[in-house]
Amino acid sequence: MIGDMTAAAVIESVSGPVVKALRHAPLSVGEAVSVGPAGLLGEVVRVSAGQCTIQVYEETTGLRFGDAVIGSGQPLSVRLGPGLLGNIFDGLLRPLQQGGEEVQYTVLPLLEAGEKVQAGQRLARLEGPAKEQFVLVPHDLPEGVLGWIASGSAGENDVVARIALEDGSEREIGMIEHWPVRQPRPVRRRLAPNKMMVTGQRILDSLFPVARGGRAAIPGGFGTGKTVLQETLAKWCDADVIVYVGCGERGNEMAEVLHEFPKLEDPRSGRPLMERTVVIANTSNMPVAAREASIYTGVTVGEYFRDQGYNVTLMADSTSRWAEALREVSGRLGELPSESGYPAYLSSRLSEFYERAARVETLAGKKASLTLIGAVSPPAGDFSEPVTSHTKRYVRCFWGLDRGRAQARFYPAIHPLQSYSEDAANLVEWWTKQGNPNWRAWRERLLVLLEEQANLERMARIVGKDALPAEQQVKLLCADLVGNAFLRQSAFSKVDRYCSPERQTAMLGALIQFFDAAEQAVSEGVSPDDIAGSEFYRRMARMNEEIGEGEADRFAELIAHMEREMATLKRSDVDAV
Amino acid sequence: MLFDLHAEDLVTAIEGPLVFLRRNVNVGLGDAVEVSHAGGDGRIGRVVAIDGDQVVVELLEDTTGLGIEDARIRFLGEPMLMPLGTGLLGRIFDGLGRPRDGGAPVAARVERRIDLAVINPAERGLPQDFILTGVSAIDVLNSLVRGQKLPIFSAGGLPHDKLATSIAQSARLLKEDGQDFAVVFCGIGVSHDSAESFRAAMEHSGALEHTAMFLNLASEPTAQRLLTPRYALTAAEYLAFDEGRHVLVILTDMTNYCEALREVSASHGEIPSRKGYPGYMYSDLATIYERAGWVEGRPGTVTQLPILTMPADDISHPIPDITGYITEGQVVMDRELDHRGIYPPIEVRSSLSRLMDQGIGEGFTDPDHPSLAQQLFASYARAAQVRILSSVVGREGLTPTDRLYLDFGDRFEAEFVQQTGVRELEESMEIGWRVLSLLPPVELSRLSDEQIATHIRAETASG
Ligand SMILES: Nc1ncnc2c1ncn2[C@@H]1O[C@H](COP(=O)(O)OP(=O)(O)OP(=O)(O)O)[C@@H](O)[C@H]1O
Ligand SMILES: [Mg+2]
Repeated sequence: MIGDMTAAAVIESVSGPVVKALRHAPLSVGEAVSVGPAGLLGEVVRVSAGQCTIQVYEETTGLRFGDAVIGSGQPLSVRLGPGLLGNIFDGLLRPLQQGGEEVQYTVLPLLEAGEKVQAGQRLARLEGPAKEQFVLVPHDLPEGVLGWIASGSAGENDVVARIALEDGSEREIGMIEHWPVRQPRPVRRRLAPNKMMVTGQRILDSLFPVARGGRAAIPGGFGTGKTVLQETLAKWCDADVIVYVGCGERGNEMAEVLHEFPKLEDPRSGRPLMERTVVIANTSNMPVAAREASIYTGVTVGEYFRDQGYNVTLMADSTSRWAEALREVSGRLGELPSESGYPAYLSSRLSEFYERAARVETLAGKKASLTLIGAVSPPAGDFSEPVTSHTKRYVRCFWGLDRGRAQARFYPAIHPLQSYSEDAANLVEWWTKQGNPNWRAWRERLLVLLEEQANLERMARIVGKDALPAEQQVKLLCADLVGNAFLRQSAFSKVDRYCSPERQTAMLGALIQFFDAAEQAVSEGVSPDDIAGSEFYRRMARMNEEIGEGEADRFAELIAHMEREMATLKRSDVDAV
Repeated sequence: MLFDLHAEDLVTAIEGPLVFLRRNVNVGLGDAVEVSHAGGDGRIGRVVAIDGDQVVVELLEDTTGLGIEDARIRFLGEPMLMPLGTGLLGRIFDGLGRPRDGGAPVAARVERRIDLAVINPAERGLPQDFILTGVSAIDVLNSLVRGQKLPIFSAGGLPHDKLATSIAQSARLLKEDGQDFAVVFCGIGVSHDSAESFRAAMEHSGALEHTAMFLNLASEPTAQRLLTPRYALTAAEYLAFDEGRHVLVILTDMTNYCEALREVSASHGEIPSRKGYPGYMYSDLATIYERAGWVEGRPGTVTQLPILTMPADDISHPIPDITGYITEGQVVMDRELDHRGIYPPIEVRSSLSRLMDQGIGEGFTDPDHPSLAQQLFASYARAAQVRILSSVVGREGLTPTDRLYLDFGDRFEAEFVQQTGVRELEESMEIGWRVLSLLPPVELSRLSDEQIATHIRAETASG
C-alpha cells in the first residue's frame, strides 16, 4: 500500500497512539502512513505548517525520535474480497489467522463481452468455500463496455474482467477492492424499513422488533447479557451475512465465536454458521487506535456484502469502547473535552455510524440491507451517560438490559418497560403475512399487562399481596406467566434458544387464551391460588422448554388441557362456596 | 545499545517519580533506564514520554537523594526485561521481579518483556475445565474454569484473603489429571502482615514449593505497583506456556494498583476521567486481566483470581465497575452477610461466572447442575423480594407461599452459602437440593418433573 518510500516527515514526539512529526513533504488529513522502521500503520489526523499529527494503529513502544513517516497517497482503506467470510481479522481487516494455500473460486460470468456495464453491476458469480459472492463493477468506474470476462477457476488476485472505458483506456477488474473505511458506499436509493429481521428471540420479535436495515442499541451494565444477546442474534437471526465486531472486549469471547460457530448449523441453509460470518476483533488489550477504526472497518465490510445483494447484520460489541478510544485519542491530541471527557463530536460520529444502516436498492438494482446492532456499556449501568443518551437519539430500537433481572438470572434481561421499538408500527403487515393478523393487538395486550404488573407489585408492597382483590391477583398471575413462559428464553437451551415466528405466534395465542380463561374463571369465583397451583399452569409456565419447534399441535393440546382443568376448577371451587 | 551518560547538564528537573532530561540520545518509548548518583545504587526507571527535545523518565524506585547535578543516567536501549528460567517456584520476588528472599537470581533461560504478551484471539483455546474450589457458592452457582479471570469484589475488613488462600490451597480439577496448580501470588501495595500470612498458610499446607510470590509492599514506591502484576504475569506465563503448568494467579489488591495508576497519571499531568482515574484505565487493566487463558497447542493455562476492595463498599465505583466490564464475572462479598457471621460472605446474586455455562452440566459436572443453579438463583431472587415485602407488611401480611420463601432465603444462606472447611461438588449440590425442598414443587419452574421427582424430597411444609 505504501508507494513512495521517501520520508514525508520525521517523528518528534510520541504519546500513546498519537505521534507528532515534523513534515517536509505534503501529507493530507486521512492519509494512511507507515511509521518507523517496523512500518506501523497510521492515519494522518491533523496537518499544519511544517507539522503533522498521526494516529497509529499499532503498539508504539520502541518508536524513536527522528524515525521516518512515509505517506501512501491513499486514505485509510481496507481490502475487500471473497476471502472475508468465515475468517477473523483485526481492526483494520488484516487476517488474524494464517490461512493455508490460496483459495480457488469458480468464476461464472453473468455478462458477455461487448455488453455495456456501469458501476455496482454484477459481472460474475464466484463459487468458493463460503456462500456465493459476486464480482461487481467498481463504484468509481463510469460507463464502459465489457471487453473480456474470465470463466472457470481463478484465485483472489487474478484478473477477472477487462472493461473498455469511453476514453479508449482499459481497466482490469479483480476480485479485490480497496475502500476507504470512513466513506459510506453509494446505493441507488433507500427503501422503507418494513421487513422484519427475525431474531428468533421472543421478546424482540414479538414485542420490540427490528426491521431489516434498522438500528438497535443494547445498553446494559457489566454482566447483564449484551454479548450473549449479540452472539445469539448472530447465530439465529435470518440475515445472509453477519459481521461481528468485537470492539475492545474479551479475547475469550472471540475464541468462543470461532469455536462455536463452525459447529452450529444455520437453520435456514443447513450450512455451518461460520460460513456466513466475518469476525473483526480488536480485543481490549489490542491497540486503542485500531479500536476506533474497527467500527468503520466493520460497517464497510457490511456495506460491501449489502452491495452484493445480501441482508447483512452487524453486531458491534461494544460501541462504548469505540467512544472511549475516540476520547483517549482526542485527549492525547489536546482537544477540548466535552461531557465526561468525550470530544464534542461524539454525537455526530455516533449519528454517522448509525446512518449507515439502511434497507436499499443497490446500484445493481437488488434489494438488500445493512442492520446495525450496537452494545453500549454505560459506566455504573447509568443510562444517562453521554454514549447511551446520544445513541438513543439515533437508534430506532432500544433494548435496555436490567441488572435486577440479570441478577435473578432472568434472561434475556431486557426490561420490557424501558425498551421500545419504533419499527414495530411498520411490521404489522409483515406479521399478518406470517399468519398472525392479531399481532398488534396481542402485543399491546402484553405490554399493558406488564405495565399493570409493575403497578400492582408496587401496591402489593404496601398492602400485602393477599389484600389485593382476586381480579388483580389474577393479573399478576398472568404477568408472571408471560415472564416465565414467554419473555424468558435461555440462550443455552437447545430447545428454546431459537423461536420461529410460527412458534411465537402459537405461544402468544396460548397465553391470550389463558388470560381470557383465567379472568373468566376468577370472575366466576375460582381462586387465583388454585390456578397457580394447578398442573396445567405449570405446563404453561414451562411451555418454552417443553414444546419445541415444529410441534404446533402440542400447543393446541395444551390449550385443550387448560380448558378442561379450568372447567374442573370452576366446578370444585364454585361448588365449595 | 547502551548509553552511559554522566549528565550534569542533562537532567532539567525531578518531580516526584519523574525525571526530565534534555534529549541528546535517541531513546525509544518504554526503554529501561538506570539512574544513579555518586555513591548510590542504580535505580530503575523507564522512558514514559519523548517530546521534542525532552525525555521523561519515570523512576520506579525512591527518588530521595537524587539531585539534578550528580544524576548519572544509563539508557539500556531496550524495554525492561525479566529473566526467566527453572526455579521460579518456591521463591519470593520484589515488585520488580528481583529476589527478595536472599536467594540467588533465577538462572535465566530467556529474557522477556513484561508487557508484550497479547494472545492472538484466533489462537485462544476455549476455557472449559471446571475447577473445584470447595466453596459451594462458587462451585454450584458461579463456577470457576481453567483459564478464566474471576475477581473477588470485596471491601475493607471482609475475609477475602482467607477465601483466596483457601482456594489457592484446595483448587483442583474435577476431572483429575494429576497436576496441582502452581500458584503465583502477586501482592500489590499489600501490608507485610498479609503477605506473610499468605506465605505461612501456603507453607502450612505444604504448597509453598508450588508457589512464587511477587511483593510490592505498602511502604514501597507507588510507581512500581504498575509493574508488579506484569512481572508476576510474565512469570505465570512462563510457568504455563513454557513449563506446561496450570497456574493460578492471585492479584491483590487491584484497588492499590488503580490508585497508583491515578497517582502516576496525575503526575504526568493527564486529563482525568471518572473520579480522577485516567480515561485509559479500562485499556490498562485489560492488558493485565486479558493475560488469563490458554493457547491452543500449548500445554499450560493461566487462571486469574484478582482481589479488589470496593471503595466505600460501592460496586459502581470505577474500580469494580471497569474491572467487571473486563473480567469474566465476579465473586461479590457482602458486609451484611459478614455481620451475620456467614462465611464466606458471598452475595450470589450480584456474583457471576460468565464461563460457567461452558464448564458445567453433561460431560463436565452433573447433568442437573445447570438447572439446580438456575432454580437456586430464581428462588433466592424471589426470597430477596419477599424480604423487602415483609419488612413493610410484616411476616403476617405475607401469603403462605411467601413465608416459605423467607425460610428458604434464611436456610440458603445458613446452610448453603455458610460453610466451614471445603466441600465436594456432590455435597454442595445435595445441600442445594435440600434447601429447595422447602418450597412447594409448583414454585420450581426451572426444574423438570423428572428433576423434581429425583432430587426434591418434600420436607413437611409447616407454612
Ligand atoms: N440470553 C441469555 N441466556 C442465558 N444466559 C445468559 C443470557 N444472557 C446472559 N446470560 C448470562 O449472563 C452472563 C453475562 O452475559 P454477557 O457476557 O453477555 O454480559 P455483558 O452485558 O456482555 O457484559 P460486559 O459488558 O461485561 O461484556 C453470561 O455469561 C451468561 O451466563
Ligand atoms: Mg460483553
